[in-house]
Amino acid sequence: MAKDSSQAYAEFAKGLWKENPVFVQVLGMCPMLAVTNSAINALAMGGATMFVLLGSSLLISLLRNVIPKQVRISTYIIVIATFVTLADFTLKAFAPALHKELGAFISLIVVNCLILGRQEAFASRNTVGMALADAMGMSAGFLFALFCLGSAREIVGNGSFFGFPLFGPNYEPWVIMVLPPGGFIMLGLILLLFGAIKQARAKRPSETARKAA
Amino acid sequence: MNQLVWIFISAMVINNFTLYYFLGLCPFFGVSGRIDTAFRLGLANLFVLLITSTCAWVLNTFVLPHAPYLQLISFIVVIASTVQFVEMVIKKLSPALFRALGIFLPLITTNCAILGLALFQTNRAYSFVEGIFFAVGAGAGLTLALVLMAGLRVEAELSDIPAAVKGTAMNLIIAGILSMAFMGFAGLFSST
Repeated sequence: MAKDSSQAYAEFAKGLWKENPVFVQVLGMCPMLAVTNSAINALAMGGATMFVLLGSSLLISLLRNVIPKQVRISTYIIVIATFVTLADFTLKAFAPALHKELGAFISLIVVNCLILGRQEAFASRNTVGMALADAMGMSAGFLFALFCLGSAREIVGNGSFFGFPLFGPNYEPWVIMVLPPGGFIMLGLILLLFGAIKQARAKRPSETARKAA
Repeated sequence: MNQLVWIFISAMVINNFTLYYFLGLCPFFGVSGRIDTAFRLGLANLFVLLITSTCAWVLNTFVLPHAPYLQLISFIVVIASTVQFVEMVIKKLSPALFRALGIFLPLITTNCAILGLALFQTNRAYSFVEGIFFAVGAGAGLTLALVLMAGLRVEAELSDIPAAVKGTAMNLIIAGILSMAFMGFAGLFSST
C-alpha cells in the first residue's frame, strides 16, 4: 500500500516538473498560446483542460480491457469530445463572459495532443488510481505553465495582474505581448531560460570533476 | 462578391490560422524543415480544409439543428471518415496525387486547424460558398506560413546560433517575428 501511494506520487510529480507537458515536451501549443493573454484566461483554460484530462483518463482506464485495439484512437477521441462538450456547456452556463472570451478554443481542447497522448501512452495501460495520478500531474503541470505564460504576458503587456494595475499610470505597456506575436515570443523566451538552466546544470558536475582531477 | 474577397484575404493573411489563431502549430514546427515538404503539406491541408468546410456545412444545415450537443463529436467523426474515404478514392484514381499528398492526410485529419475551421465557420454562420472561400483562404494562408517558416529555418541552419537558443526556442521566436510581420496586413482593408 505504501509502495502504491509513493508510486502514484511519482506519477503525479513527473508531470509537474520533469516531464512538464509545455516546458519539456512542448505539447498542446494551440490552446496554450491563443488564450494566455491574461492570467485569468490562462487559469480558466488550464482548469477546463484538467477536467477533460481527469475525466477521460478515468473513463479510459476503467474501460481499458473492453475497448478493441483497432478502434482505440477513435474511442479515445469520442470520450474526450464528450468531456469537452460538458466543459463547454458548463462554462457557458456559469461564466458566460469568460466563455465568450475563450470562444472556440474551449472546443479545441479536443485536438490538444497532450490529452490524446496521455490516453494512448498511459491511461490505456494502467490502473485507475495510477491513471488519475498521472492525469492530475500532467494537467497540474499544464495549468502551471499556462499560468506562468499568462501572468508574464499580462504583467508585461498590460501592466496588470488579474486585472489589478501594478506599475502605476506612468508604465507604458508592451502591447505586443498581449497580441498573438507576443505569445510566440514569450514562450520562446521561457523555453530559452529553461534551456540555459539545463545547460548550466549539465556543465557544473563536469567542472567540479575537472577541479578534483 | 466583395464579401467573398474579404473573407478570402482575411483568412489568408490578416487572421492567418497559424500566425494569428495559433492553429495547426504541430505541423508548423514539426514538418517545416524543408521547403518542398512544407509546400506539399500545405496543399494537403488546403485539400482537407475544403472537405471539412463541405462536411461542416452539411452537418450544420441538416443534422445539428436537431441535436446541437453533438456538434463536436459529429464534426470529428464525419470529417475523419470523409477524409479517409477520399484518401481511398484518390489512391484508386490517381496514384501520383496520392504519393504527393497522401502520406500527410492521416497526419492532419484531426489537427487543430481543421476542427478550428469547422468551428469558426459555424460561429460566423457562413453560407456554403462563403465557407468554401474561407477554406481556400485558410489553406492558402497555412501553406504560405509553412513555406515562409521552412525558408527561415533553412536559412537559420547556416547561421551561427548559440547552442542554448537552437531548437524550439529559436523557432518560436522566429514565428513571433513572422507573426508580427503579418500584423502589418491588418491595414489592408480599412472600414472607412
